[in-house]
Amino acid sequence: MISPRYYREIPQRYRLKAAKCQGCGKIHFPPRKVCQECGGEEFETVNLPQRGKVLTHTTIWIPPAQFEEQKPYVVAIVELENGVRLTCMVAEAPPDKVEIGTEVELIFRRIQSGSAWEVLQYGYKAQVVAG
Amino acid sequence: MRDVAVISTGITKFGELWDTPLRDLFAEATLACIKDAGIEKKQIQSAYIGCMTSGLFVGQEHLASILCDYAGLNPIAATRVESACASGGAAFRAAYLEVASGASDFVLAGGVEKMNDGADATYCLATAADQEYEVYHGVTFPGLYAMIAHAHMHKYGTTPEQMAAVAVKNHKNGAKNPHGQFPMEITVETVLKAVRVAEPLGLFDCSPVTDGAAVALLCPVEVAKELGKPIVKIIGSGHATDCIALHDRADLAAIPVVGKAARRAYDQAGVGPKDIDFCEVHDCFTIAEILCTEELGFFERGHGGPAVADGRTALDGEKPINTSGGLKSKGHPVGATGIAQIHELYAQLSGNAGPRQLKSPRLGMAQNMGGSGGSSTVHILEVVS
Repeated sequence: MISPRYYREIPQRYRLKAAKCQGCGKIHFPPRKVCQECGGEEFETVNLPQRGKVLTHTTIWIPPAQFEEQKPYVVAIVELENGVRLTCMVAEAPPDKVEIGTEVELIFRRIQSGSAWEVLQYGYKAQVVAG
Repeated sequence: MRDVAVISTGITKFGELWDTPLRDLFAEATLACIKDAGIEKKQIQSAYIGCMTSGLFVGQEHLASILCDYAGLNPIAATRVESACASGGAAFRAAYLEVASGASDFVLAGGVEKMNDGADATYCLATAADQEYEVYHGVTFPGLYAMIAHAHMHKYGTTPEQMAAVAVKNHKNGAKNPHGQFPMEITVETVLKAVRVAEPLGLFDCSPVTDGAAVALLCPVEVAKELGKPIVKIIGSGHATDCIALHDRADLAAIPVVGKAARRAYDQAGVGPKDIDFCEVHDCFTIAEILCTEELGFFERGHGGPAVADGRTALDGEKPINTSGGLKSKGHPVGATGIAQIHELYAQLSGNAGPRQLKSPRLGMAQNMGGSGGSSTVHILEVVS
């Protein structure tokens, strides 16, 4: 991945910046130009909460080449405390520790190494909250 | 709008076709289709060709022109249509609308994909998902359907055995289809014990990586009558889109775009789910067939799994699903699949489906889907005696 394509997404991947619709209050992650809910076009930037729960999940055994070294790994759709949903890996989780409803928090991790000439790629992963 | 008929179809063998290049796949299906139609090549005015990602699979874009050149169709108007795995269905709809509008009399709807030529198929297929917010985080296509499967299992109690029943049934049908990639019967045990791809899906829950092409020829019903062809009329055409990121959808145990496309097709045709005699659905994964049969209104939500396990969708069941063997057994050359479904409808409705022929079906449906449910087309065809 070339660096402009990477740095464009840094506010979302590093700092969880989202867009709150001024018309109806729906929060979009990533930001959009048009609100999915009301069609509004005015937004303010807000931070996402880091805590949430697993809505569904899978364990990937056959990944694309760039994730080969991490297999098997768990991927989940997480619903954060404000209702926003996103897809991410669950870091350092044995597959049987992740279920629908598992409480997680988002942490900062390396996502992909990429090839030798590419930038290292970082972002959020989920981590199971010790209960 | 004019009434439109399908007057012939053509299809290649589906499989790992190492000796056949992309351009020849399309030419072979096209020549078979034109021969069956009994018209001259020069009568064809335009073509819409579904293909998901020839650029990634074989490095070839500008596809419609090169395909039509090698099929001997230049200088017709030709357009490639892309909607991920629903590219074929979208091409069929474009061809239908062009004939219905009165702009052209003879239009080809084609689909092609050459997936076995050295590219990383897992990577290529994942481009149908959100590249920056799904694929970046390690999601694969089986992974997305695996997450849908877990949600459906949690909400409705769907089981791995019910999902396996989809693969077993489709291979049983596919064993009767000479064009298919894996025309052999399998057992539930084979599916459950297969190598894992994305939990809870194993290798036999997934459609294969396939090369192939399929083509259908459309013309006005009035013209078809003059040609003395069986009249297989397109009576409903539905197409809908949705967000492509799975996490943006309210219900993860549903694929609402299928229901929306189906509603449009049912409304146009003036029929409902009970009227459909058989259906080709987009079983890219076993769980997808279960959800699609629910979205199309054949079964209540959560009842798709028990329905297939109880044989209700078998060749001799009340609602035969994927008589061709489906994507699972026949193979899934992604851009070609939507047209291959039409090929099966045409074969069944004109009484030429060989050992898998249903008893005098009147209404057939084809449901083609892109990505994890970011797009879908639904077509209803009727044989007019």
